[in-house]
Amino acid sequence: MRINRVIRLTALAMGIVRASTAMAEDQTPVKIGAIFAVTGPAANLGAPEARTAEMLVETLNATGGLQGHKIKLIVKDSGGNPEKAVSFAKQLIEEEKVFAIIGPSTSGETMKIKNICEEAGTLLISCAAAESIVNPLAHQVFKTPQKDSDAVRRIFQQMQKMKIAKIAVTSSNTGFGKAGKEQLEKIAPEFGIAIAVSDVYEKEATDLSSVVTKIKAADVQAVVNWSIEPAQSILAKNMRQLGLTIPLFQSHGFGNIRYVKAAGAAAEGIIFPAGRLLVADVLPGAHPQKAVLQKYAREYQARFQEEASTFGGHAYDALLILAKAMETAGTDRAKLPAAVEGLKGLIGTAGVFNFSATDHNGLDIGAFEMLTVKDGKFTVLND
Amino acid sequence: MTSELLVQYLLSGITIGSVYAIVAIGFNIIYNATGIINFAQGEFVMLGGMLAISCLPFMPLLLAVICAVAATALIGALLHFCFFRWLQAPSVLRMIVITIGLSILIREAALMIWGEQVRALPHFTGNEISSIRILGAYLSPQVLWVLGTAAVIVLVLSLFFARTRVGRAMRACAANPTAATLCGINAQAMVTIAFMLSAAIGALAGCVVSPMTQTQYDSGTSLAIKGFTVAILGGLGNSTGAAVAGLLLGVTEALAVSILPVAYKDVIAISLLLIALAVRPTGLFTARAAGALKEF
Amino acid sequence: MPGRYTPLLILSALVVGLQLATAATGTSYYLTQLTMTAYYTLVVVGLCILMGYAGQISLGHAGFFAIGGYTTAFLTTFNLAPHAQQPVAALLLRTGLAVSGRDLYGAALTTLHPGLAFLCALALAAGVAVLIGIPVLRLKGHYLAMATLGFGLIVYRVVLGTPALGAADGLSDVPAFVLAPGVKIAGGAAGRIANYYAAWGLVILGALLVLNLMHSRAGRALAAIHGNEAAAQALGINTAAFKLRLFVFSAILAAAAGALLTHYTGGIGPSEAGIMKSVRYVAIVAVGGMANLWGTIGASALLNFLSLRGYFGIYDDAVFGGCLVGMMLFAPQGLRARATFDRLRAWVRGRRRT
Repeated sequence: MRINRVIRLTALAMGIVRASTAMAEDQTPVKIGAIFAVTGPAANLGAPEARTAEMLVETLNATGGLQGHKIKLIVKDSGGNPEKAVSFAKQLIEEEKVFAIIGPSTSGETMKIKNICEEAGTLLISCAAAESIVNPLAHQVFKTPQKDSDAVRRIFQQMQKMKIAKIAVTSSNTGFGKAGKEQLEKIAPEFGIAIAVSDVYEKEATDLSSVVTKIKAADVQAVVNWSIEPAQSILAKNMRQLGLTIPLFQSHGFGNIRYVKAAGAAAEGIIFPAGRLLVADVLPGAHPQKAVLQKYAREYQARFQEEASTFGGHAYDALLILAKAMETAGTDRAKLPAAVEGLKGLIGTAGVFNFSATDHNGLDIGAFEMLTVKDGKFTVLND
Repeated sequence: MTSELLVQYLLSGITIGSVYAIVAIGFNIIYNATGIINFAQGEFVMLGGMLAISCLPFMPLLLAVICAVAATALIGALLHFCFFRWLQAPSVLRMIVITIGLSILIREAALMIWGEQVRALPHFTGNEISSIRILGAYLSPQVLWVLGTAAVIVLVLSLFFARTRVGRAMRACAANPTAATLCGINAQAMVTIAFMLSAAIGALAGCVVSPMTQTQYDSGTSLAIKGFTVAILGGLGNSTGAAVAGLLLGVTEALAVSILPVAYKDVIAISLLLIALAVRPTGLFTARAAGALKEF
Repeated sequence: MPGRYTPLLILSALVVGLQLATAATGTSYYLTQLTMTAYYTLVVVGLCILMGYAGQISLGHAGFFAIGGYTTAFLTTFNLAPHAQQPVAALLLRTGLAVSGRDLYGAALTTLHPGLAFLCALALAAGVAVLIGIPVLRLKGHYLAMATLGFGLIVYRVVLGTPALGAADGLSDVPAFVLAPGVKIAGGAAGRIANYYAAWGLVILGALLVLNLMHSRAGRALAAIHGNEAAAQALGINTAAFKLRLFVFSAILAAAAGALLTHYTGGIGPSEAGIMKSVRYVAIVAVGGMANLWGTIGASALLNFLSLRGYFGIYDDAVFGGCLVGMMLFAPQGLRARATFDRLRAWVRGRRRT
């Protein structure tokens, strides 16, 4: 009898040990690295991205983490410096041995670490917009912002509707501005649109009235501005103050209500393509993106006392994609890229993602909605 | 170029030029009093705007501006007290390096306090799209505020230094500190006042341009660089020279935009600075010998 | 062996010891940040002697770093293949000064040999240093500071505004630089140790050159200048020439560091030319001591290593700003390790005697 009890007790003990070891294994956190430009010249991008990432990781951890593993998010502030991005990428890969990396915030930094991640076999989901991040294709490298070329095409489509054929282009001297300018100049001939003036201003520019004067002299029908800085608002104000009433188109970088507030009455009537995050509340109830967008917007607003912007949304999408891919790949790094490529119909803040082996961005022109500003708020453009 | 366009360029040049001029005058005041070039001058402009915006929910605009100016003046005095007052015969190199460090610290502190978002004061009169026509060119009413404030500052300062006791005492200290002390003037107090004055006018400039240029935690840096370019062009310590040089630089930049790509606007200012330093370091408006005399 | 080389030997021993320690503890990944630190240290080795020995402040030294880095990056990524028929390109190919290959995506790529690009980078930096040094070094005090600041700003604006240099994105895909058989300056875990020794070897070489300079006739003249320039001139020392030589020397060191770091990280961006970088170099020299080579190397190693590992988080810039203010207020001669050590030694000796 006693031996039986001993055997039973031992079996019970072994069972407990095995169960607790199994639980301990489930406790090993999944390390995710994040490189964002939280401070420095690209802080407009990186700070909301970092905040969003931390918020989402907390939410996920509260509901059990990813595949039962808690997430440990390691955020590194690169300040927009590519050499820091390189150093952090190597640190995250070799020392922290992270599962995947999200970010960086700018295209320049992403291009510097693209090869590092590819060679190390670490998944990189970038929050930067440049086309060259996913083209030429690297197996491990993906990006979440929409294509600049799609944004440009949407703008030109709208211009065709408005019978606009002669425009002026202004852009800032950042990677974002440069990429947009390239696409604008490349695609304009397809739509029969002539660019009479194309000027690049400094991102810190505080007064663009001389540029506007130049534009006035060129007698164009519309202006397209491509930047992510506060200069977007300054251009709008300067245009109206100088009596230039032609339509102003902005890039998807305008997607932050602060820029509308800064431009005040001058923001009325600005037209720009953007993800639907900004108009989540006015989407029809059946719209597939509505629930996700409203959830993110409300949580971000409640947590950080400021309106959600599309930039933060890129980080949200990156983590969402990672989480979804882990459902297929588990904690096996080798299976991750294929798992991401297999994601279809994933509803994010920027649009609905459909990845494939040849498309590491997953968004098409349908991700954009043409928005405008009316009474100080974002609304969908009706024409 | 039509005459209207020319007037338009001139006006936008004069607008930004007057901001440069105010920042440069701020540099000159501290330079005359201490021989230091205060790299943190741009941060005073930023702080003025930021503080006014923070005060705005609680009080009317005018009061917010006054509070911001007063608070920044206090910060200026504090800077002098904590970082410069107790140094014994510091070298110029040391002083320059300290002010650079201070400007970085102030900027980072602003980032921590106010975040990276951009803010702006509301327009003093009218709103973002109001426009006045002058000689065929358009400008925002805020531009008139900027020009008016700059003119008032220059006027008040010249009266201050010429007529008031404190002003004359400051000039005495600038010319010859030992002799001034022998006359019973508290040299250190004069320097503190110089810092306060400099900070105050910087803050005022920051408030009055904020509706147009918007304020962000790093707005101060580029203004500081343009500001001391103008200060050197006008002759360090020469406030009238600074005013003229500021307007000249602003107009040159604006006109250059009509022929060069906008991206090279900054390069113009720096190239002018380097040429001036190479050829005539005492500035365009100061005779070589007079450069040694410090006059407000 | 003269006593002045002792610190050099200590440094070499530390370098080797550190590498062995990381190998032993399996923390070889530290070598990445240590290698990058070494290149930044090379810049301050030159800057230290310029500021400390010749009393010339340079608020634009990142400009020379950027000139070195961008020149190499541009020359080794500019594809000559479309122009292969033209005489100059054909000549370069034939003499082996240009190398052919394929880029990462399979297209034909012909660029200048990295060795030649490196020499071009150094030559350009030296040329620019002479060009701006002649007018600028005549200036004093804040005028000199402003002029060097202006120089740094121009370099920044030029690299930021030029599409051929990548504008805001900078240049990437910079190939490896084979310094010597077996020593390939490039990223990649395989070459970590070789790269580490190459980088610190260069720092030690730079320090050696500086030491010899300080103790040569020219160096003693420089010490005299720093003391009193009028007196030095009265003694017949050509102060302008010496200051210029030193300026060019420090520019070449900075450009070399820039070029090699670009090969190591595989690219460069406009932020390397920015004013914050220049300010950092000055802050490090201030912490280490203006004429104190070893203090500066130590300060650079520590501060850069921590910064590259993200130790300071979002306060990175603030730390350097704080260093500047703190050092200049309380310890303008730098952290006087030597003086403290001497005092300690004297105290110990005093105790022993009693």
